[in-house]
Amino acid sequence: MNPHFLHLYDMLSKVDGFIYPNEIELQWGILIVLYPYITGLVAGAFILASLERVFKVKVLRPTYTVALLTALAFLLVATLPLISHLSKPMRFYEIMITPHFTSAMAIFGFIYLWYLMVVLLLEIWFDYRRDLVLWSQEKAGIMKRVYKILTLGVTDISPKALKWDDKFGYAITVIGIPSAFLLHGYVGFIFGSVKANPWWSTVLMPVIFIFSAMVSGIALVMFVYMMVNYIRKKMIDMICLDSIAKYLLVALILDFVLEGLDQVHRIYEAEESFQILDLLVKGKLNYTLFLFQWGLGMLIPILILGYLQMFRSNARLRRILYLGSSLLVLIGIFFMRWNVVIGGQLFSKSLYGFTTFKLNLIGPEGSLMAAVWLVVPFLILAFLFWLLPPWKRHPEGGT
Amino acid sequence: MPPQIKRLALLFALFIGLFLVVRHFLVPKSFGEFGHYRGLSLVENQAKTPKYAGEKACADCHQDISDLKSPNEHKSLSCETCHGPGLEHINSTDSIITVRVPKGREFCGMCHAKNAARKADNVVQINVADHNVGQNCTECHNPHSPWLTIK
Amino acid sequence: MANNQVKSRRRFLTDAALLTGGIFVASGLKPLGALLYATERKNPNGPWYGMGIDLEKCIGCGRCADACKSENDVPREPFFFRTWVEQYTILNDGSMKITSPNGGIDGFKQEYPDEEIFKSFFVPKMCNHCVKSPCTQVCPVGAAFESPEGISLIDPNYCIGCGYCVQACPYGCRYIHPTRKVVDKCTMCYHRITKGLLPACVEVCPTGVKIFGDLNDPKSDLVRFKKEHSWQVLKPHMNTEPKVYYNGLRAEVR
Repeated sequence: MNPHFLHLYDMLSKVDGFIYPNEIELQWGILIVLYPYITGLVAGAFILASLERVFKVKVLRPTYTVALLTALAFLLVATLPLISHLSKPMRFYEIMITPHFTSAMAIFGFIYLWYLMVVLLLEIWFDYRRDLVLWSQEKAGIMKRVYKILTLGVTDISPKALKWDDKFGYAITVIGIPSAFLLHGYVGFIFGSVKANPWWSTVLMPVIFIFSAMVSGIALVMFVYMMVNYIRKKMIDMICLDSIAKYLLVALILDFVLEGLDQVHRIYEAEESFQILDLLVKGKLNYTLFLFQWGLGMLIPILILGYLQMFRSNARLRRILYLGSSLLVLIGIFFMRWNVVIGGQLFSKSLYGFTTFKLNLIGPEGSLMAAVWLVVPFLILAFLFWLLPPWKRHPEGGT
Repeated sequence: MPPQIKRLALLFALFIGLFLVVRHFLVPKSFGEFGHYRGLSLVENQAKTPKYAGEKACADCHQDISDLKSPNEHKSLSCETCHGPGLEHINSTDSIITVRVPKGREFCGMCHAKNAARKADNVVQINVADHNVGQNCTECHNPHSPWLTIK
Repeated sequence: MANNQVKSRRRFLTDAALLTGGIFVASGLKPLGALLYATERKNPNGPWYGMGIDLEKCIGCGRCADACKSENDVPREPFFFRTWVEQYTILNDGSMKITSPNGGIDGFKQEYPDEEIFKSFFVPKMCNHCVKSPCTQVCPVGAAFESPEGISLIDPNYCIGCGYCVQACPYGCRYIHPTRKVVDKCTMCYHRITKGLLPACVEVCPTGVKIFGDLNDPKSDLVRFKKEHSWQVLKPHMNTEPKVYYNGLRAEVR
């Protein structure tokens, strides 16, 4: 017998209640949990960068380029779990050539390309252009060639040209903010618009996704900034870090309120699906929701960051607590995606029972594969830090 | 226009142009004929070979059994209800492919076993565990005329 | 002062005129009216297919589910069904048990003694070939579509296997084929009905539960079925407009 079926027979014996016969196996596994997680990190990191550029929050300047490069590193990886999840991955291009515009998923290709090419790459290019030109003049050998290509052949770095760079960079960031919301909001809409699934179908879904994206993105930038400075043995700008922590706290509180509103509303209205969802939350999602998502991922970071906002403490303690909080948040938001994606498929659409889900270690949908998709962006980021070092930029005014 | 913009506009135009060209070759020819799908798929969906022949087809060769069945309670059963798909059998000429001949009490029990969900109006029911245990249903009941011989 | 009064009066009159005019124009807009009609009949020059299921007659023999698997080469394992039969058993204490062992293909065994049972019945399920199918709506590439005759179909040569349609179907009738790796589901035996044959499940039903027909033909069995029985559809609140009409559908059935 096909070993895959052995696995399914085992699951069949563990069905609780009644499920439609076709519902035995979950269609969307950990790879689909990863996709909103990664695009959320991208959108959140970008919003943090835009705070500096558009809203003139100058204290965040040290993290501006770090945030942009982090966003780029993760965006480059974002599609890969999605394409590898398709059961016919070689046909992925069909989404680009015949997108069905009634489907939220169809706009994925274009939003992704738009955000990658028009927003992120252009903004980084405009920001780095002067340095690219100068590096192409300073370096030798292959690197000289590489930087020359990156300049796209434009070598004018006169003050007039640089002013245009600044203007366009600003415009791109302004466009980038709604684009970031669109990049991640549409993922929320993919779930929120499925009327067949009462765990997913809520107006708040895109909004919750966006806010949890901002939370995870800010936490990621905080983590990367601290790690980079630690590795390079440089001083961390505490004013900057404190400011990021403040934004993280605000975003966490907003996210908590929104998610709380969703649940309160669901409990209060107690419509048809309530019984099964109540069983779901208290049963299969008991640990992942209460302990990991809300407890470790939200309440404890809120308490820590709130405490640090209200009471004075030395810089070292703050750094340790910030590092811990950002990690907890990153883990918590991962579980938020897990609870939405996996949780939504654990109960039958007949609302009469549950199926089971087992996360394998190896295999294309296994946890090792998921770990790979999470590690690769950091490798890309390291490469980007090498190629476009934010700390080796040429000072203003010189050549 | 600043040189950056000129260069970017050119690159974007090239990229979009390339995309449109590639798209032209990749989109299947029949796409969009009737809606947002490959029109050819309608033909492909129709092209499968049926396996069930339909009741009337069996009567062409087996008129006697059809006549036997038509006045009694089993008249609402198609031959293929019990015997399975018959088109292959009908089309087979050199070596006849046989249809399934149901064997055993379990098969008749699928309809006739006593079950609280089955209305007595719809089907005669017996308790399979009690009813003439050890004997095959066909020893007393002709499946094409169930009440024909009763011992 | 008087000048301001005249100005504001003028403004009020212009606004009122614009509003009234706008309402007049909007009321003349026919397309808006069309949105309010519940059931559209489509394909006026051809058939518009649907299915009737008479639950008063179903005896849960499972021949329909078995025939479907034979006719359409559906894998025989109990995880993939284009059509299946469910049994609902409501006990006297109010509890309910629903089962569908191997989709009903091997028949059903009564699990509770007669005296404990309040009510028990069978419900065959299949793709509802919805007029407003959410599966078609969410397919990102155009591999899920509705034929001109109203049959919800899949293009296995174009499907990318994203599984969104499986998530979007409220009735659980879609599955990913284990070897073909694309979505599969009931096609109303499109390859049969376009040749004048009946769907396989209709062909083999011993008690005439399933009534296939053309909703555009006033003389068809299905139209007569809809006239004679107060029919219901599954999950009407989803507004998918299923074209599978049940007679005798009880409230417990989802």
